[in-house]
Amino acid sequence: MSIDTTADVAADPKDESEIRSGVLLSGNEAVARGAVEAGVLVAAGYPGTPSTEILESIADRDDIDVRWSPNEKVALDVALGASLGGVRALVTMKHVGLNVASDTFMTTAYTGVGAGLVIVTADDPGMHSSQNEQDSRAFARMAGVPLLEPADSSEARDFTALAFAISEEFDTPVLIRTTTRVSHNRGLVDLGPRTEHPVTGFTSNPTKYVMIPGFARQRRPEMLKRLELLSDYVEASPLTVESGGNTGIGVVTSGIAHHYVREVLPDTRILKLGMSYPIPTERIRSFAESVDRLFVVEELDPHLEHDLMAAGITVEGKAFFPQVGELSPDAVRRGFVAAGILPPVPTVEPAPPTVTRPPLMCPGCPHTPPFLALRRLGAVVTGDIGCYTLAALEPLSSMDTCVAMGSSIGMAVGMAASGGAGGPVVATIGDSTFLHGGIQGLIDAVYSQADITVLILDNGTVAMTGGQEHPGTGITLQGAETTPVDLVALCAALGVRDVKVIDPYDLAATFSALEGATTSPGPSVVITNRPCVEAPTKVRDRPYEVLAEACTACQACMTAGCPSIVWSDETFEGRRKVVIDPVTCTGCTLCAQICPPLAIIPIPDPVPEVPEHV
Amino acid sequence: MSNKSRGLLLAGVGGQGVILAGMIVADALVRAGHDVKQSEVHGMAQRGGSVFSHIRWGSSVDSPLVPLGSADVLAAFEWAEALRWVEYVREGGAVVADLRRIVPPGACTDRRSWSTLYPGIDTDLLSSRTLKSRLVDASSTAAELGNIRAANSVILGSVAAFMDIEHNHWEAAIEHLVPRGTEEVNLAAFRAGCDVAEASVQRRPPDPVGFPGPHQIDIRHDWCKGCDICSRVCPEYCLEVDIDGALAIVDAESCTGCRLCEMLCPDFAIAISPPRDTASLKEPVSLTGEQL
Repeated sequence: MSIDTTADVAADPKDESEIRSGVLLSGNEAVARGAVEAGVLVAAGYPGTPSTEILESIADRDDIDVRWSPNEKVALDVALGASLGGVRALVTMKHVGLNVASDTFMTTAYTGVGAGLVIVTADDPGMHSSQNEQDSRAFARMAGVPLLEPADSSEARDFTALAFAISEEFDTPVLIRTTTRVSHNRGLVDLGPRTEHPVTGFTSNPTKYVMIPGFARQRRPEMLKRLELLSDYVEASPLTVESGGNTGIGVVTSGIAHHYVREVLPDTRILKLGMSYPIPTERIRSFAESVDRLFVVEELDPHLEHDLMAAGITVEGKAFFPQVGELSPDAVRRGFVAAGILPPVPTVEPAPPTVTRPPLMCPGCPHTPPFLALRRLGAVVTGDIGCYTLAALEPLSSMDTCVAMGSSIGMAVGMAASGGAGGPVVATIGDSTFLHGGIQGLIDAVYSQADITVLILDNGTVAMTGGQEHPGTGITLQGAETTPVDLVALCAALGVRDVKVIDPYDLAATFSALEGATTSPGPSVVITNRPCVEAPTKVRDRPYEVLAEACTACQACMTAGCPSIVWSDETFEGRRKVVIDPVTCTGCTLCAQICPPLAIIPIPDPVPEVPEHV
Repeated sequence: MSNKSRGLLLAGVGGQGVILAGMIVADALVRAGHDVKQSEVHGMAQRGGSVFSHIRWGSSVDSPLVPLGSADVLAAFEWAEALRWVEYVREGGAVVADLRRIVPPGACTDRRSWSTLYPGIDTDLLSSRTLKSRLVDASSTAAELGNIRAANSVILGSVAAFMDIEHNHWEAAIEHLVPRGTEEVNLAAFRAGCDVAEASVQRRPPDPVGFPGPHQIDIRHDWCKGCDICSRVCPEYCLEVDIDGALAIVDAESCTGCRLCEMLCPDFAIAISPPRDTASLKEPVSLTGEQL
């Protein structure tokens, strides 16, 4: 690779006049860059780690319609509609987002596309920020859709651009699977020019696009025929790359695992699959015949291994390499040691024990007070996906379930129906999650007149993924003002008679509102109204401090779990007093409201100046 | 060859600017003509958690992750994080560590031991390994320059001593990536870091551990009307009023003796007393080296 050392490495990737080599981009930025160069005109998605930055990195382009949809299924519907309208369309999501979009996804394999349609799903092996570590490759097989797996930023750009061409050549959506270590790894990318693909227009074709049974029956054989053509394509495709010398073993691999294999076995023969569904079976067969032992190294499930076994190729894989969690150079090395290929790893002196840093809700988080109240009320809390799942941990310890986007409300309905909850049933759900998948659950609560309370934690953003816009914020991803969804009016329109809006920073009002809601019959909704303190705007008020001489070390403030409050070295009757970090304190007043001896007060003038972030 | 790639690990606590520092190093390496990969994890790990960035460079880099025991340099922005990642450093590698101590709030929860289990500041924990260590007090150096948040650049300056990158590449990367208006203070901090004095280590023992045993909760049930004040105020959730209005002790083991319930009870129905079994009254003890 040629590297231009004089280049401005963080050049704006939207400026295609800057066609340069050796630009440092994350995998997500590189996917977006590939789509830009392929002439994409519509890009839709729903935020989800590790996929979020794909759309964000091209949001400021005025030549592309880049948008957040309320959920991944709508995003795919939008992209499919755009594709049928004759423009190249991109849709992005995290792995569990593809579950939501799967209804449309399965049938797009029947309808095929108009202009190119590329779906990017970012898997999270190791569950750095996810509720499961499902392997999206299974979806490609289930739908009959080709799957590309880039291994780094450079391939992320190349494969995305190529995916649009494959999509159009074979009249199929194309799935691209990245993983956390591809999406969130920066590497060098060569930038090319944007190729314009003007709108070709929609051509009505009911037998292709109206999937009533009679037409769908005609399309399924088309899908299977297409897979055969794709199998022929991949046999000769440059997406399959062979490297390495003449060692007795061979390794078939794909994605980031390829780099780990090369790291630990730099001279070994490797067949790297860029397209891992369908696979180049005959090419792998001849590769297998040329080696003494064949291994498959793949992250998560044994997809390739099973494909090769089904083709009658003798292969070793998950016997040595873990099916759980992320692979790493160390995990791959251990696997080859276990297989007798590498000598035992010299032991590394383990790190000395140190403190753990469990994730916490931020200082001033408006989610904290309602959970403090719910714990005191002895509520059974069905939770949802968002920052507030951290309320399951000490010291709030007030969430009992968290399964999937929007599940909280339906689960609360069922928990109440069981009659076995043992306390008032409360569903807690964020504003974006409610709009994503919670509304139908609330409809059921009204329909069945369930004795539940739905607490909508409306902080006006998708906080967990870094503060994205959503349909309730009144702002689009590209910064345009739009009509926000009115949550109060929506709940009332669904038929909820008891809807209250509360200020979560008023602990007493929060407590009594939740106490009232949980004791009233039928469904009730409580909506909090304070914005996230971190995004999109940092909310900071005068910080608070602890009067050490007044602190009785009772620990009442510590029940809120605010990260700004830690133990000091002073004690009272053997208990540790507390101090507040004035730099991170947002001045939310919660601890001051809790403190029985009134030892927590606003810092008097002059407030120490907090330096600008560097 | 790919396995000749070198590795740097940056580690710190969410909010310290580890990711930006990683971008600066990667940028400087690209300017110096290397193939570079930089990897980090976003999301949950950033919420007050341990944050790290792997950087690998060479003529052609494969794994973006630094394998265990192979990092050439570990740059830790905080003492406990230096200890957490030290096993990634190869024999003969270098550790640059800020002596800053950030006690995690999540560790201030054990009200039996009253210990955060924060490790002691003891350079023997690093120097027993065959590596070069350089301990700095980056925050003080940055504060002297007028902006404590430029501490990252002080550390990068100290890291530069162990990496083969020309200074003009470092400075170009810093100027390019730090927020507008802070270029000068960061460049000054970087230069200060290049020849910062080894910090004099103030040894600090680990947090003491001691458990005097739970206090005794006595309830005069004939005086209690079940108003619920005590149970709602107890920081340890020791008390509960049942559906019939009767007060019950649901967790006798966790009472720390704060006496909030006793002080707030309008009916004088609760009394808290120190542990009756004086044998369980122990002086706080320090952790031994093994317990570290």
